[in-house]
Amino acid sequence: MKKVFALVDCNNFYASCERLFRPELNGKPVIVLSNNDGCVVARSNEAKALGIPMGEPLFKVKDLVARHKVHVFSSNYALYGDLSHRVMDVLRQMEPDVEVYSIDEAFISLPVTKEWDRVKYAAELRERIRRQVGIPVSIGIATTKTLAKIANRVAKKEAQFNGVFDLAGNSQIDQVLGKIEVNDVWGIGRRSTEKLNRRCIYTALDLKRADETWIRKTLTVVGARTVMELNGISCISLENAPPCPKSIITSRSFGHPVTELDNLKGAVIAYVSIAGEKLRKQSVVADTLNLFITTGPFDEQASYSNNQTITLHQPTSSTPELITAALQCLKSLYRPGYRYRKAGVMLAGIVKQGYRQQDLFSFFLPAEKEDKQLMTALDRINGKWGRNTIQYGMTTAENKPWSMQQTRKSPAYTTNWQELPVARAAGLS
Amino acid sequence: MKTDSSINAIFEIEQKTKVVCPLFTCGVSAGFPSPAEDHIDQKLDLNELLIQHPVATFFVRVAGESMKDVGINHGDILVVDRSLEAVSGKIVIAIVNGELTVKRFIQDSASCQLVAANPDYPPVEITEDTDFSVWGVVTSVIHQF
Repeated sequence: MKKVFALVDCNNFYASCERLFRPELNGKPVIVLSNNDGCVVARSNEAKALGIPMGEPLFKVKDLVARHKVHVFSSNYALYGDLSHRVMDVLRQMEPDVEVYSIDEAFISLPVTKEWDRVKYAAELRERIRRQVGIPVSIGIATTKTLAKIANRVAKKEAQFNGVFDLAGNSQIDQVLGKIEVNDVWGIGRRSTEKLNRRCIYTALDLKRADETWIRKTLTVVGARTVMELNGISCISLENAPPCPKSIITSRSFGHPVTELDNLKGAVIAYVSIAGEKLRKQSVVADTLNLFITTGPFDEQASYSNNQTITLHQPTSSTPELITAALQCLKSLYRPGYRYRKAGVMLAGIVKQGYRQQDLFSFFLPAEKEDKQLMTALDRINGKWGRNTIQYGMTTAENKPWSMQQTRKSPAYTTNWQELPVARAAGLS
Repeated sequence: MKTDSSINAIFEIEQKTKVVCPLFTCGVSAGFPSPAEDHIDQKLDLNELLIQHPVATFFVRVAGESMKDVGINHGDILVVDRSLEAVSGKIVIAIVNGELTVKRFIQDSASCQLVAANPDYPPVEITEDTDFSVWGVVTSVIHQF
């Protein structure tokens, strides 16, 4: 039986999350900013209609925001993460195979083969998510994942389809592809687009009909796979077990520039703690740590960027071990007299916990077991009471100039008892 | 550190922690095994009692006294299930004029009303012109003394 894929994608996800507990914002323009309140990362339809571009720095749209009373939010990842899990759980209740592709998208394979039933089923799925979680989604259906992405785009943009669009068995498929710009095709980046445009390939339809040998030569086997997928030949299957991540990166821009080594240490320890938690959550260990610090390229006075990699004595997910390594890097990287704006830690050489090679001398080291128990307890406490309930020494300093600026963050409605949404039990106007 | 962990843990919606109370407790017996020991296999989990649909369940804090006659007081926490249908007679979280409000939903063939549980607050008629929708159905109230 031919497989049919569906891509379920939450509409303007972060903006929709902000609206769930603030219904007065329905129909009003809403935007959400990136970390440190820098750029626009989500827009409600009303904000899109005002012409606020995606990725634009806030200061560039300040006038539009003021003039049209746009509601501006800092990113609230505790809220988005919780609602994302709920959306994915609704899908899992309906479907055995769900590939969570990002915080707001998932691929599923649809069980029904008749187009009419498929659309009806998808509409039901969409209504279930809207009702149970309160988040609007769009669903694109097609015979390949690449085409499902395109179908989803159509479902989202064209109101007459009510959020569900089926490209599988659609005789108008070439007409649809002819309206999709090639840089909007899944997997086609900016540089590929330039190469394709030079050869007069502008739309998804042009790409579908492109010469395979040329594509293979220019865009490698990955590009050739995309072309096959556009032709309805499925090459990318559903990955419902997430693969081992290649690397884990935690990096942030500081709220304010940092000059002192002690403050930098605090930031590095905090980032390593988060990265360590990520490792343990996925039951993986890393054997390489890379630390970078930078003043950013635009510092008028003096710029400095550097990074260092350390290979760990043996793969680990223990925060204290990772901190020791990171601070060792920091000590050799730090130069006084600079205004540092960003630091980050990357963990690589990641393998599943059970697969790691035992070091002959550390076999059955009792300290390791204790360390594991400590880490489990730490994650449980921080998971329950909010990250930062228990922190490593340096990070608890009162003064954290490096911590993020998030001045417009909404409450953690669903993850903190002190910040629950409020319903009024009073007279109605 | 926050305190009062035992109570808060019960409310954990993700059910990642469970506060369980054994149905039987068995004292230390000298010599003979307790006849109840074989029966201590059932534990009580408050999540099981209060949350039928975890993905659709949210907690909402009450502000105001308009529902006090049904035991919903200012500051209480409501367990709200969005997957349930708001049939007449249910206590609901409704959106009225863009605001979350808790009231009893009463509907018959002729009319539709939001009714308070406090004589100081008159019922509100829902007409076609009212900006109204149901956000979720209240299934329990948590009142901490």
